[in-house]
Amino acid sequence: MTRILIGTGNPFSGDDAAGRLVVRKARPRLPADVHVVEATGDGAQLLDLWNAGDDVILVDAAVSGGLPGAIHRLDAVAGPVPARFHLRSSHAFGVAPGIELARALVRLPRRLTLYAIEAGSFDTGTDPTPGVARAIDEVADTVAAAWSGAPA
Amino acid sequence: MSGSRKTRTIRVDALARVEGEGGVVVRVRGDKVEDVSLRIYEPPRFFEAFLRGRHFTEAPDITARICGICPVAYQMSAIHAMENACGVTVTGPIRDLRRLLYCGEWIESHVLHVAMLHAPDFLGYESAIHMAKDHPGVVTDSLQLKKLGNEIVTVIGGREIHPVNARVGGFHRAPSKTDLRPLAEKLKAGRDLAVSILKLVAGFPFPDFTPDYELVALRHASEYPFNEGRLVSSGGLDIAVSDYESHFAEEHVEHSNALHSALKERGAYFVGPLARYGLNFDRLPPAVQQLAKEAGLPPVCRNPFQSIVVRMVETVYAIDEALRILAAYEPPDRPFVDVPPRDGVGTACTEAPRGILYHRYRIGADGLIQEAKIIPPTSQNLRTIENDLRLFVERNLDLPQDQLTWRCEQAVRNYDPCISCATHFLTLTIERN
Repeated sequence: MTRILIGTGNPFSGDDAAGRLVVRKARPRLPADVHVVEATGDGAQLLDLWNAGDDVILVDAAVSGGLPGAIHRLDAVAGPVPARFHLRSSHAFGVAPGIELARALVRLPRRLTLYAIEAGSFDTGTDPTPGVARAIDEVADTVAAAWSGAPA
Repeated sequence: MSGSRKTRTIRVDALARVEGEGGVVVRVRGDKVEDVSLRIYEPPRFFEAFLRGRHFTEAPDITARICGICPVAYQMSAIHAMENACGVTVTGPIRDLRRLLYCGEWIESHVLHVAMLHAPDFLGYESAIHMAKDHPGVVTDSLQLKKLGNEIVTVIGGREIHPVNARVGGFHRAPSKTDLRPLAEKLKAGRDLAVSILKLVAGFPFPDFTPDYELVALRHASEYPFNEGRLVSSGGLDIAVSDYESHFAEEHVEHSNALHSALKERGAYFVGPLARYGLNFDRLPPAVQQLAKEAGLPPVCRNPFQSIVVRMVETVYAIDEALRILAAYEPPDRPFVDVPPRDGVGTACTEAPRGILYHRYRIGADGLIQEAKIIPPTSQNLRTIENDLRLFVERNLDLPQDQLTWRCEQAVRNYDPCISCATHFLTLTIERN
């Protein structure tokens, strides 16, 4: 079993960078055996990032109606990602449809924990908004703590 | 925008290109379609305005940001327009690498649309996710093919989304033969996948619907077009790209933030795979022509629903062309040629996956952009999409509302417009009085 931390989003679009920033903050505190991946959020490519036996944590920004900075933790293997997380993307498949596509093709990893950080602004070239910045730190701390030791 | 319906003043402070959100409203009275509006309500994006004052070498990377699916098209049109303004023509391996980069974009864009967005319409599924449960093979194969297109863009362009390696004059770095070697093996395997998907989509049921479009595309002296050629049409147009604005005009329509394009003399026209194919069938290699014939395509096809088949024919072509370029590739001595700026105007059209993408720039001797104009393919097709919907709804008014709505969404997706590139992105309303 390989442990894989995936952060998705556009690093230049404000809060959309949340997933990638979690990866960058957690990476120095993770054991060497943890694979870390930054990705664009193209759901059609998610299947290539894991194998059936892997333990995956995926972090992405979300707009599901919550307050900016709210953290949603979902067990994506236990059941479908709720519809409110299926963002309307201008470019085809987002993360949630990608996960559901993997489920349909029976290509989910053994564990897939999705952290969705509620975003407030996607303005180009801006830093994450304050609430989202705090959430990024919190999720990075959580991931680093959970995976600080050897695989379970 | 303001004013009453009788005396209306339309003031346009900023016009948008076609990106993001849109919707369609069709109004029907009795057996007549009264109105069709393809509404683009994505806010304006100001790309043409904020290019002004930037250095001419920045245009490829700035305009690439207009689209995450076809950034190569924006880079290629910007680069060729700038080189045109500066009187530079790039040949040899750099030119070949540009075609190779475009092959990658066509493969990833076409396959994504064919298998993940359009095929579910024909097979009766709500989305590719639902389709994947019953047809896992086609979804898996298409993902593999799309990945191959992404890999080409990554190797040549530096990264798969918004590549960074292309520049005015060539590339920042030219790949070595070793860099390219793994691509050839994968492409050979990918061709079989593409042909099998072509055969699958060729068997879909297509409505009998063949409007008399004026097809418009680039046409090159010997090649299936990517970056060069004259602008030709099925209506007899045959002009240099620099004459584009003498024959085509953009206009603002009240119901849309996006500009609609038209031929000044004849109105709506059609760009994209169907037009490219219909005007350049004789430029396809015999093996690809044969595959097209076996897929039931005539040399000129005007059924937009069969665009899904043409996209797969073009995908096979892009794979074959990529293999041809890879086999002959010798790295250039230098990855770019110098392009000193000069005072002037440059134009270029290249064939984005969705059709011709026109760029015009005026630059000064200091290399700063003074004026920019960008006309993407989707805005050129908007009027034709509305015409299609009007015709299609009138001929199919006996269909139940849900089926008619489904068919209309499918008719819009025939064009692979950016506005509907995500399933259910497009909202469609049919009002019957």
